[in-house]
Amino acid sequence: MSFGLSFWLSLLAVAGLGLIAYVGVAAAHLNYLFGIIIPYAAFATFIVGIIYRVLRWGARPVPFRIPTTGGQQKSLPWIQQNKIDNPSSTLGVVVRMALEVLLFRSLFRNMRTELRGGPTLSYASAKWLWIAGLAFHWTFLIILVRHLRFFLQPVPSVIAIIESLDAFFQVGAPLLYLTDVFFVLAVTYLLVRRLFIPTLRYISLPADYFPLFLILGIGVTGVLTRYFFKVNAVGVKELTMGLATLSPKVPEGIGVIFYIHLLLVSTLFAYFPFSKLTHMAGVFLSPTRNLANTNRAKQHVNPWNYPVKVHTYEEYEDDFREFMKDAGIPVEKE
Amino acid sequence: MAVKKPEELSKIDYKPPRTSWMDTPTEFKKGMFCWGNKEKSLKTVDFPNVRTWSVADEDWKLPGNWKEIFLEGLKERLSKYRSFQLFLDICVRCGACADKCHFFIGGGDPKNMPVLRAELLRSLYRKYLTGPGKLLGKIAGGRELTMDVLKELWYYAYQCTECRRCSLFCPYGIDTAEITILIRELLNLLGLNIEWVAGPVANCWRTGNHMGLLPHTLKDTVESFKEDLKTITGINVDYSFNRKGAEILFVNPSGEYFDPNGNITFMGYMLLFHEIGLDYTLSTYTSEGGNFGFFTSNEMAKRLHSKIYAEAKRLKVKWILGGECGHMWRVWHQYHNTWFGPVDFLEEPVSPITGTKFENTKSNKTVHICEFTADLINHGKIKLDPSRNDNYVATFHDSCNPARAMGFFEEPRYIIKSVCNNFYEMPSNTIRENTFCCGSGSGLNASEDMELRLRGALPRANALKHVREKFGVNTLANICQIDRATLQTLVDYWVPGVAVRGVHELVGNALVMKGEKERTTDLRGDPLPGKEVQE
Repeated sequence: MSFGLSFWLSLLAVAGLGLIAYVGVAAAHLNYLFGIIIPYAAFATFIVGIIYRVLRWGARPVPFRIPTTGGQQKSLPWIQQNKIDNPSSTLGVVVRMALEVLLFRSLFRNMRTELRGGPTLSYASAKWLWIAGLAFHWTFLIILVRHLRFFLQPVPSVIAIIESLDAFFQVGAPLLYLTDVFFVLAVTYLLVRRLFIPTLRYISLPADYFPLFLILGIGVTGVLTRYFFKVNAVGVKELTMGLATLSPKVPEGIGVIFYIHLLLVSTLFAYFPFSKLTHMAGVFLSPTRNLANTNRAKQHVNPWNYPVKVHTYEEYEDDFREFMKDAGIPVEKE
Repeated sequence: MAVKKPEELSKIDYKPPRTSWMDTPTEFKKGMFCWGNKEKSLKTVDFPNVRTWSVADEDWKLPGNWKEIFLEGLKERLSKYRSFQLFLDICVRCGACADKCHFFIGGGDPKNMPVLRAELLRSLYRKYLTGPGKLLGKIAGGRELTMDVLKELWYYAYQCTECRRCSLFCPYGIDTAEITILIRELLNLLGLNIEWVAGPVANCWRTGNHMGLLPHTLKDTVESFKEDLKTITGINVDYSFNRKGAEILFVNPSGEYFDPNGNITFMGYMLLFHEIGLDYTLSTYTSEGGNFGFFTSNEMAKRLHSKIYAEAKRLKVKWILGGECGHMWRVWHQYHNTWFGPVDFLEEPVSPITGTKFENTKSNKTVHICEFTADLINHGKIKLDPSRNDNYVATFHDSCNPARAMGFFEEPRYIIKSVCNNFYEMPSNTIRENTFCCGSGSGLNASEDMELRLRGALPRANALKHVREKFGVNTLANICQIDRATLQTLVDYWVPGVAVRGVHELVGNALVMKGEKERTTDLRGDPLPGKEVQE
């Protein structure tokens, strides 16, 4: 599929979702559908879908122990082992995985290869993808945690603390959250690099543009909801608490922008299990990262290991006995 | 074959074509692929669709239901490998792997970006085996499996050396080698191998080694090494084949019997083993440590290597020592214990010279020669005169497999620094876990694909050029027989004046032996430093 088609199709899909929510609420007054039914359905799809995916992966055997080793192995006692990038213990694996999941260790290794005349190849530092990736994922998480205030009553103090830290600079009314700024910036960067780095644009599919537009749409509508349209927060909380306590109700007077935001969020939840976004769960199961490099020290069992046809020594000797005897190589049968 | 000049070959355009990759047909470029397998190679090991075919032909002579075989094979492998299922599911196409592949760096073909190489198959997986793909087709990134698509898969599966450099940089550890390995398995269901892999596999099955060397030839070869060593050192080194009751079975890549460069490494082992009085035997039946079956299918790899353990059992040795070889050690380290364990008929390896227990291999009982030698040196058990290697200004090329499948970095470096006075590292982005492939791994070391190999070797050669210019490096030490056999040609092309040498060749040169005569030449017969004949 051409770049143009992938790009516009994805953009139009997200814009279309916005329009559907707008028309659905502002004109058709389907508040119950967009406020209650779709969010419930999306959330259920997410939970069931992601569990299904993880169970499906988990059911697949790991026939071979194939860690990618990023440092010195454990061998002779006087050789310093790299216990994290080449772990030989469970603790080492846990640390390696924690660095991978929390700090994107492998992405931190990234470098940019450049070819100059000569030819001369050089490898420049390239940390922007790592920085933007970290900023995007961490701000997303913090924003998600902050949103728990809509689903819990009373609001736990830990969420209040996160909110006050996030609004550290005390700018604007309502107070500006730093995470909102960095989130939108990071997603924009991820989109821009996909559009302007030729090789990256070449490998990109609608499945890459669509989630970016969707997430960007969520960010933008969220910002609009909070800072610009300043929708009725009490009403929103009534609705979300209704969802959380399984006694759904749709209060009047919530701005339509909120419903647009909610539909985009619902779409993300429902889309998640069917998409590349499952890397969130999948990374934990990656056999090149989550296995200790103890291949020769401990046996790793392949559940479907089966006997194979071999060329036995007896057959070999039968083929070459005379040659062997002539060369003075010992044989079993004279 | 006329090969372009380096200045011409290194003009690389990384800009992808205007048409999307799915709509850009793959053009088979001469010099970039290997010949298809011969009939007899498949027949020897009972592989399907036995026939001779040619890559250049329109008709690849496939069975009528090839599509079904391919897709059923894909489904089966997805159910057997979590890695495979996961790697097809979770790639986000972030592009971190794109410029990490030596073939992309040296060639610029976008389908050599690891991500796109995997997408070639991923697109079929989506189309035929996922809900969204079945429903939405192209919009969900799916595409039809056609004959052209199959040919494209073949072309790029044999343009990947399974070096795993991309897997190091992937935030989810997606390993293209794993994907390439399984694409090759699928292709082999249709009899689509390359002769450079299928031939050695058939040889290995029949004669015990890739080269097809028969027992008496092996004996004659080693006997000739013995004579050469007698001339050089004045010492009669001992060796034996298929000897029962030896303490250790030594298994090495058969290229060391065949390739002139590998020969010298083998002579280094012979001197070392003689000097320490090691009770070891070679075997003609298991005269191959490498495994081209691994480049065919996991089953074929297992079929070839079961003989190593059968032979160890038959000869009643205590444990197994392995020579210098790259992919051999990937297979030995990451697969053997799973295929053949528990190896309870052997003993936990202990060095008979130092008493060191090799704890890291207590289950599989296979010790790498560099682990063994580094331990000897560390215990001061051998006398070394590094000045004999003073003509060499060395650097070390980490072979992909020991690097990224074992983490084998310090052992060989420790040995080289003990036997060689002049040692300089290449830039850190190109060594150890970041190392670049020689460009000829995974069975692509043929001659018909020379342009591919030259391109693939560019990143390695370029780092070498850097230390050649900066420190006067003239020797590329390594612990891989594919390197020794193939890298010299590629280095001569990109960085003339650098010799490719096995680590144990350098050990053999430096080893001061009891009762040896005054050496005047190294193991190649070239004068030692200060021993040049004055004209």
